[in-house]
Amino acid sequence: MTAERRRALMPWGIFALVLVVLPHLPGFGSGYAVSLLSQMGIAVIFALSYNMLLGHTGLLSFGHAVYFGLGAFVAMHAVRWAAAGLWLPIPLVPLVGGLGGLFFAALLGWPSTRRAGTVFAMISLGIAEMVVALSYMIVSFFGGEEGINGDRTKAPSFLGFGFGPQIEVYYVIAAWCFASVAAMYAFTRTPVGRMCNAVRDNPERAEFVGYNPQVVRYVAFMAAGFFAGIAGGLNAINYEIVTAISVGAATSGAVLLMAFIGGVGHFVGPVLGAVAITYLQVSLSDFTHAWLLYFGLMFVLMVLFAPGGLAGLWFMHAPILRAGLGARLIGPYARAVGPALVLALGAIIAIEVNYRVSTRPDLGTAFEFAGIAFDASQPWVWLLAGSLAAAGFWGMRRGLGPAFERHASLMAEAKGGGAP
Amino acid sequence: MTAPAIRLSDLRKNFGATEIIRGVDLEIRQGERHAIIGPNGAGKSTLFNLVTGRLAPTEGRIEFEGQDITAWPPYRIARLGLARSFQVTNIFPRLSVFENLRCAVLWPLRQGYAFWRMVDTPADVRERTHEVLGKIGLAARAQVPAGLLSYAEQRALEIGIAIAGGARVILLDEPTAGMNRGEAERAVALIREVSAGRTLVMVEHDMSVVFDLADRITVLVYGQVIASGPPAEIRADRAVKEAYLGEAAA
Repeated sequence: MTAERRRALMPWGIFALVLVVLPHLPGFGSGYAVSLLSQMGIAVIFALSYNMLLGHTGLLSFGHAVYFGLGAFVAMHAVRWAAAGLWLPIPLVPLVGGLGGLFFAALLGWPSTRRAGTVFAMISLGIAEMVVALSYMIVSFFGGEEGINGDRTKAPSFLGFGFGPQIEVYYVIAAWCFASVAAMYAFTRTPVGRMCNAVRDNPERAEFVGYNPQVVRYVAFMAAGFFAGIAGGLNAINYEIVTAISVGAATSGAVLLMAFIGGVGHFVGPVLGAVAITYLQVSLSDFTHAWLLYFGLMFVLMVLFAPGGLAGLWFMHAPILRAGLGARLIGPYARAVGPALVLALGAIIAIEVNYRVSTRPDLGTAFEFAGIAFDASQPWVWLLAGSLAAAGFWGMRRGLGPAFERHASLMAEAKGGGAP
Repeated sequence: MTAPAIRLSDLRKNFGATEIIRGVDLEIRQGERHAIIGPNGAGKSTLFNLVTGRLAPTEGRIEFEGQDITAWPPYRIARLGLARSFQVTNIFPRLSVFENLRCAVLWPLRQGYAFWRMVDTPADVRERTHEVLGKIGLAARAQVPAGLLSYAEQRALEIGIAIAGGARVILLDEPTAGMNRGEAERAVALIREVSAGRTLVMVEHDMSVVFDLADRITVLVYGQVIASGPPAEIRADRAVKEAYLGEAAA
């Protein structure tokens, strides 16, 4: 029993250690890296809170940013009160944000959760549009177009920390990230958390074992709103400004993307998605102006070919790797992934060239990619892109079948032999 | 304890202009095994759906142990101690067999909407779940997602969910539908065992099961009760023979 317990607690120990040590590792100490890590920590909480709805309760929300954003606004006001003399140290501000998110989720959740499916999705969209519209009307709360800002260093200090430097804010985020992830995981193991899964699977049967599905959904909705509000509160102290963007459709879309690409079927999925998407959001936009296009493409490809997300891909391969059969995947996978990379290269050149010519002619036709100079006005560039894509596509089509077959046979072998 | 387990008074249900249940009066006594039989389309499943709150009656009154439950939502009726199974398997497909059964014991064991305690902490939840798991013979399949079970296993789980909560009154809608002879016999033995000391109402097409298990039988034809009584009486009833048994024998 104790060994079992130790095994269960081990991932949490590693998680805590990673959060503490990460900014001190070589390459992660720069201001850029610490602020990236801060954003990732916030995104992890937000994406997991979203998955309390989508993955665990089967509620597809198009407006989860409402609770993130409203939590952020409440927290920002709290920072301003703190600067004006209220005793509220910065590490407690996210809790205020969480309570803000909880309040609005409790208010808007009851009519939203009457039904799941399309009705819930449509209501979430309607509420999101309504809140965005209100954000431009109620200037005293939302601050109009500029949003509202606050100075976190003016709040009372906490254990001698003033929370000016980014690294101190990082540790506030890391602490809340750990606590929130642990609490959200624990929620899945409670009676109501298990009934969320039951209501997702079959709301009618849940009724006949004594549970009102609307109440179960409502509890999940409020919990999701609470943790989204914590993420919003952290966002407020991280940037010291909150604008209407934080309640908007783009933010709601981003969190859906994170949860889905990470994988909604596993608890850790949204964590992976949040880290990966935040990294891409920050870094891709440095490389290319067309980063949103790549984003959309990636989402479509994931939905079509890996609906289990990154976590799904991992759990598809973990038994094979554990059985020590991973080496036999390399050959067939390389013959599928190699051509896929060629296809991607062709597509990237085509997109970049196209982008130069059609969308930003002011930038000129000459540009550099992978250290090679291109001129978008030259036909050979287009020909090259087209033939790379075609050849890659052809090769990939040939390689995919054997790769899937090898995976299936190894999976059977891994499960058949020696599994306890 | 004098009140019947279930009493239906002049119960009617219309779907648009079509009358499905046309004035049913029926008493299910406490502790009896009661079978409802009748030809296809007689309204047997509709009757179950009315009693358990899946449908609201157009007219009439439904009482459970003397309490008026007409048009209550299913979860409130279930909480009183009335459980049911479904004719078309109705389980939680992505949850494991163990979790399916655990969901059914949570409310009766007062777990409610608790989010402040772990679901594996209360020993009674764990023990009751394991007990039912053993009874329905699926202990070896406990961790398998319910959607991946064979048809017969899903039918056993369907009955398991209905009995897990320890309800005083259990309604089984064609529990042996689609089973082969051996599976049906095992199901009947299980139903006999779990219904001891409780009230059982079941819809069943298999006459050998009905006459084997039931203390009393009600015959429903075209939305009306044409006979209700002990098996011997029903077997001898001329109207029943004409309307139903004769048809089945022909």
